[in-house]
Amino acid sequence: MTSATKANRESLRKQLHQVLPKTSILETEEETHPYECDGLTAYQQKPWIVVLPETIEQVQNILILCYNEGVPVVARGAGTGLSGGALPLANGVLLSLAKFNSILNINPANRSAVVQPGVRNLAISQAAEEFNLYYAPDPSSQIACTIGGNVAENAGGVHCLKYGLTVHNILQLKIVTMDGELISIGSQALDTPGYDLLALMTGSEGMLGVIVEVTVKLLPRPEQAQVILAAFDNVVKAGEAVGAIIAEGIIPAGLEMMDNPAIRAAEDYAHADYPVDAEAILLCELDGSHEEVNEQITLVENLLTKKGAVSLRTSCNEAERLKIWLGRKSAFPAVGRISPDYYCMDGTIPRKQLPFILKKISELSAEYGLLVANVFHAGDGNLHPLILYDANIKGELERTEEFGGKILELCVEAGGTITGEHGVGKEKIDQMCVQFKSLELQIFHDIKHSFDPQELLNPGKAVPSLHRCAELGGMHVHDGLLSHPELERF
Amino acid sequence: MSSNRTQELQDRIRAAVNNKSMLQIVGGNSKHFYGNTTSQSAKSEVLETRIHQGVVSYEPSELVITARAGTPLKEIEVLLAENNQMLPFEPPHYGEHATLGGAIATGLSGSRRPFTGSARDFVLGVRIISGKGEVMSFGGQVMKNVAGYDVSRLMVGALGTLGLLLEVSIKVLPRPQQEITQCIAVSRQEALKTMQTLNQSSQPLSALAYEGEKLYVRLSGAASAVTSAQKEVGGETLIHADNFWQQLNEQSHPFFESDKPLWRLSVPYVAEIDSNEQPFIDWAGALYWLHSDKSTEEIQQLASEQGGAATLFKTPDQKQERFAPLQAKIKQLHVNLKMRFDPYGILNFGRLYSDL
Ligand SMILES: Cc1cc2nc3c(=O)[nH]c(=O)nc-3n(C[C@H](O)[C@H](O)[C@H](O)COP(=O)(O)OP(=O)(O)OC[C@H]3O[C@@H](n4cnc5c(N)ncnc54)[C@H](O)[C@@H]3O)c2cc1C
Repeated sequence: MTSATKANRESLRKQLHQVLPKTSILETEEETHPYECDGLTAYQQKPWIVVLPETIEQVQNILILCYNEGVPVVARGAGTGLSGGALPLANGVLLSLAKFNSILNINPANRSAVVQPGVRNLAISQAAEEFNLYYAPDPSSQIACTIGGNVAENAGGVHCLKYGLTVHNILQLKIVTMDGELISIGSQALDTPGYDLLALMTGSEGMLGVIVEVTVKLLPRPEQAQVILAAFDNVVKAGEAVGAIIAEGIIPAGLEMMDNPAIRAAEDYAHADYPVDAEAILLCELDGSHEEVNEQITLVENLLTKKGAVSLRTSCNEAERLKIWLGRKSAFPAVGRISPDYYCMDGTIPRKQLPFILKKISELSAEYGLLVANVFHAGDGNLHPLILYDANIKGELERTEEFGGKILELCVEAGGTITGEHGVGKEKIDQMCVQFKSLELQIFHDIKHSFDPQELLNPGKAVPSLHRCAELGGMHVHDGLLSHPELERF
Repeated sequence: MSSNRTQELQDRIRAAVNNKSMLQIVGGNSKHFYGNTTSQSAKSEVLETRIHQGVVSYEPSELVITARAGTPLKEIEVLLAENNQMLPFEPPHYGEHATLGGAIATGLSGSRRPFTGSARDFVLGVRIISGKGEVMSFGGQVMKNVAGYDVSRLMVGALGTLGLLLEVSIKVLPRPQQEITQCIAVSRQEALKTMQTLNQSSQPLSALAYEGEKLYVRLSGAASAVTSAQKEVGGETLIHADNFWQQLNEQSHPFFESDKPLWRLSVPYVAEIDSNEQPFIDWAGALYWLHSDKSTEEIQQLASEQGGAATLFKTPDQKQERFAPLQAKIKQLHVNLKMRFDPYGILNFGRLYSDL
């Protein structure tokens, strides 16, 4: 880990002023304040200094200087991350990519676009619209989050069931490594020789390099898209209906589920005409050619009725479709309105485990005395339980974190993972010890060192040290086995 | 058939570490020609994965299959077909004994690739043995998983140089309700233009290929959608279309009967490959197969000036590097990774690049 001293930082500050215009450096309390957290506001830390480069050369210079002085760097997109990935360091540089906000080129014939990392997710689809193309991954935060942040987190969205995650929808990256070298990973072609470094970079949480350019794949807009809103009087029935649709051989464009507290909050906020008495709703979107969608809508409507849906509503036009989605896409801020604070979890499970997990979550909710609103990417088993709490009540955040941690451990137990799309960041670092053994964690550190031997990029995130896990190991005894038996206990 | 021989494989790798010998990992030996020819020295032994086989779990409604690396591809495909599902990336077999491990280690994908995805796109998780003899698991059986770096996908196409695959979890998809192929007689120029137009349309495409003055358009999906697209696309409906696509994928098509070296060029959709040799074009214009006597430099340049890269797929010349050279820093990252996963250089050393 970094051993940079105050003297290193003083020297770095002078050098930064030599390579950057004054307007690209923020140093005062007031200026750095907006950068003290990302979307996970429970963690806060002011950065030592913020830099906002405008050119790749400036990024290279910044990294070379930091490398020479041994000062750590945290990259930041829009700061909408929900795992504290962009949380600054008190002794480090916060490198914002906000000024890299141009779409460099849209190439309809190659179904691709070259964009800078600070371009907002939605802006890509908007720019591609004139060619009847779009960028498929659509995180709910898409009006704000950046493509660089999406690549760093391997972001998903409600349409990922059919169209894949970020990793499936990019072709090429330009990155600057910690020693200041600019390299190109992937290519404009579909296959690239050598190891799949593109996959390795995607979801690497700013630990391996700074992304300075992204080539995304674009898809033709489907001729038709319609969404069915199905209400259920029982959450388990809704969960079973999800499996039934997939078993029928249909891959919906999106398949989302919300439980009653989430429905009520979303309805209050977005007025999407959600059935507020329902115990659960499913949103099932089908897209494709007119014929295909018409055929599948009827099929799915019948199936949902057979599986116990108490009411169905199918969008008849684009305005209705967007209205139905608006409720879902604003679920987080909606829950934010009914509770002083909420804590968003991100576990993923095999679909068939949905009833088991839901039951366990509601038991834990009673045990901790904390309410939960559930939003799921049901089609791919990705859960977002939102735990409602009040940070002003002493000890409630700690209890919430403990509750959240238990949910994630349940996900691992059910054959799933602690994070489906939000990343490990600072937040889930301890749960990594539950999901992985020392050998695997060591390989993760090895990969990190292959790119960044001095551990200067986003240190302390994403992968826990083996000692940290060993310390925690005392608390996480599974099936009577210590998870890291080979390490000393303290 | 099913058998778990993890321990035996692990022992072999540990023994190789101790004896300072090298291991050549072999599944069905169907893709032995792919990649560099590695030295058959006295210190090199064959490690067979076919002893380690069997489907570990498969639940059609979860869209996931997990199988041991030595499982025959055929067995997996038959099982999936019984449940009306398929491997969406259409891996080529190149022989009747092809295994799952070989398909993933080579990372090759068939004609459906531009529209559905590649081998690496569908890999969800792996269990491997590293070059130190350590058994490790990455990813899992769920669709979304961002815990830790994506080591699972890093294994795809690594040709066994980073680890011996023990088990692979793969996302599967329902078979399309209907599939037909339209065949249109056109010039190469026109075919490329039509491919680009179709590629930007919302037609239910699953393959676009060109050979022998003919454009082949495969349509897959709901019966109604395929029928309406069929009219729009025009041309004639190809009978025994499955045969045609199989022959392309397995290189049993007459095009592949040649004594000249076979090159595989992965290029952008918009590439214009200017060569005298008649190519077989696949992937909507993003993949060219060429038989050519031209020098490696010439062919690499054909591909690289279009933003792509060429692989010397088949050649009688045992000494040639098969894959396009890497930029220095990228190469350094490859070496760093190899050093971490296989520090003694035991696993398939040299198969991908002669110094890896
Ligand atoms: C209301 C709300 C809804 C959300 N919905 C979704 C959802 O549906 N799906 C989903 O996947 N996520 C969702 N998120 C989470 C978040 O939006 C995503 O993780 C997003 O990808 C983060 O992008 P960002 O630009 O805000 O990145 P930041 O938060 O700024 O950074 C995230 C991580 O990426 C790194 N990073 C950023 N830019 C770069 C770069 N150029 N080079 C290297 N590293 C970089 C940072 O260091 C950090 O580790 C949601 C968040 C909110 C607040």
